[in-house]
Amino acid sequence: MVENRITDETMEYVGILAKLKLSQEEKEQAKKDMEKILDYIDKLNELDTDGVEPMSHAFDLHNVFREDRVENENQRDQMLSNAPEEKNGSFVVPKTVES
Amino acid sequence: MNLLSLTAVELGKKIHSKEVSVREAVEACCEQIEAVEPEIHSYVTTDREAALKKAEEIQKKIDQGELNGPLAGVPAAIKDNLCTKGWKTTCSSKILENFIPTYTAEAVGRLEEAGAVLLGKTNMDEFAMGSTTETSYFGVTKNPWNTKHVPGGSSGGSCAAVAAEECFYALGSDTGGSIRQPSSFCGVTGIKPTYGTVSRYGLIAYGSSLDQIGPVAKDVTDAAAILEVIASYDKKDSTSIRRRDTDFTSALKAEGKGLKIGIPKSYFGEGIETEVKTSVLHAAEVLKQQGAEVEEFDLGLVEYAIPAYYVIASAEASSNLARFDGVKYGYRTPDYEGLHDMYKKTRSEGFGAEVKRRIMLGSFVLSSGYYDAYYLKALRTKALIKQAFDEAFKTYDVILAPAAPTTAPKLGSSLNDPLKMYLGDIYTISANLAGLPGICVPCGKDKNGLPIGVQMLGNCFEEKKILQAAYTYEQTRTRERCDLAKKRDTAYGTEQKTIGEGAGR
Repeated sequence: MVENRITDETMEYVGILAKLKLSQEEKEQAKKDMEKILDYIDKLNELDTDGVEPMSHAFDLHNVFREDRVENENQRDQMLSNAPEEKNGSFVVPKTVES
Repeated sequence: MNLLSLTAVELGKKIHSKEVSVREAVEACCEQIEAVEPEIHSYVTTDREAALKKAEEIQKKIDQGELNGPLAGVPAAIKDNLCTKGWKTTCSSKILENFIPTYTAEAVGRLEEAGAVLLGKTNMDEFAMGSTTETSYFGVTKNPWNTKHVPGGSSGGSCAAVAAEECFYALGSDTGGSIRQPSSFCGVTGIKPTYGTVSRYGLIAYGSSLDQIGPVAKDVTDAAAILEVIASYDKKDSTSIRRRDTDFTSALKAEGKGLKIGIPKSYFGEGIETEVKTSVLHAAEVLKQQGAEVEEFDLGLVEYAIPAYYVIASAEASSNLARFDGVKYGYRTPDYEGLHDMYKKTRSEGFGAEVKRRIMLGSFVLSSGYYDAYYLKALRTKALIKQAFDEAFKTYDVILAPAAPTTAPKLGSSLNDPLKMYLGDIYTISANLAGLPGICVPCGKDKNGLPIGVQMLGNCFEEKKILQAAYTYEQTRTRERCDLAKKRDTAYGTEQKTIGEGAGR
């Protein structure tokens, strides 16, 4: 079994994908944890899965279609009451587009 | 009569016959909550006023004959990852600390329609990620049988609340064993139904292809009655299945004859505690005496279930938890520079260590370059595991196994080694991968007085067979209560409250 080594670049990339900002200490710990778990997960390589279709659901599920009709009442105010910041009936986010 | 000693169905009958009022039942629970919460901490949120108000409403409907089901008026608790309109729903996470949903989960709504009175929301591992309820942002729940030990997880609050008689039943959710393992540790009865049986609408998702809501109860009869209410086809959940055989209480027959039970040999090898092994195998022996055919067999691929599960569950979690970004609900970091920094700091401060660990693992196995080697490999393994169960269920009606290799571990002994904690899920995880139903019922206790559970797995859609086997087994035993009041009496010499005396007021 090849032992997994996670590079600093990989950790950086995972942080971008996961949208997490880790301290240097957290990064080191996360790296160690991930290496250990991946070493364990590599056990799956013992198994010959050639020609086996990946199974995403235990049953054969198909897309369920329905008419795109609004059925619930307007809940704008209740929903906005959960927002960390709101203004004029909208969610407030940091400025994202430069003028 | 001590009201709290009744099962949900027993209480429902007494409410129906006007022997007990809904208010009395709710007050008994509230008093128990007040008495034991400082010690057990099963709940994240309770609301006595709301429960008492609801009790009046339900009582009226019962009196007018509008409500006459077995659970009408019976007080219940709900795991805090199920949305409840007007009740805080936190997933035991800082990131949802103040979240109040605008709608109610389908399963909870169905219970309310059947006359349930909600008492509160139960503690859990943060986002259901964990096996001890120790990853909760709001502090640990303790095992009512021995408060130096964990209740298990992730539905530890629900199972502890039922064991400590702080409610008559509860709902939990099970992604990798989160109903069955804490049921085993707390000496209660829990069911993970066949995937698609209970609508997931309003369940805050962890691993969508594995998550399933189920009952946590005092006995098999209660569990079947609750499942009968919450099982439904729901167009709001695209994975919901239209079933016609959801009359689960019809399977409550004490009849072992005709049941073929298989015991996977490899489940009883290395790593299992002797007391657990002896107790679970004794349950099999009892079923044999009741007329069931019992034999050992080789279940394949057992050792691949955990690695496949952690790849799939983490991958789905990383995607499901992307919605927590500090914009529409939940926590937002106070200091940030621009949008992306806000996202990152919000999530880093809002999520606990185990949640971050799984989001990172999930992001990694889904990233380009690793997707085939990890994610697709795990999905292929899942297909093979499903085949192995299909093969086993050609011969057997029920697979009998432990729910966990040990009894409840000591508080503080699990989180320092995540991989070791993951290995404890060995007996429960396959059922989620293969979509199977499973039940866990108490079958004994270890030398420290901690409960041991026996798990019975059935083929998909065959809940009735495991219910029959579990009921048949249960009829040979006397239900043992974890009587906290009695424990306190013994300790402090105080009087136990009984209806008509102390609690009747």
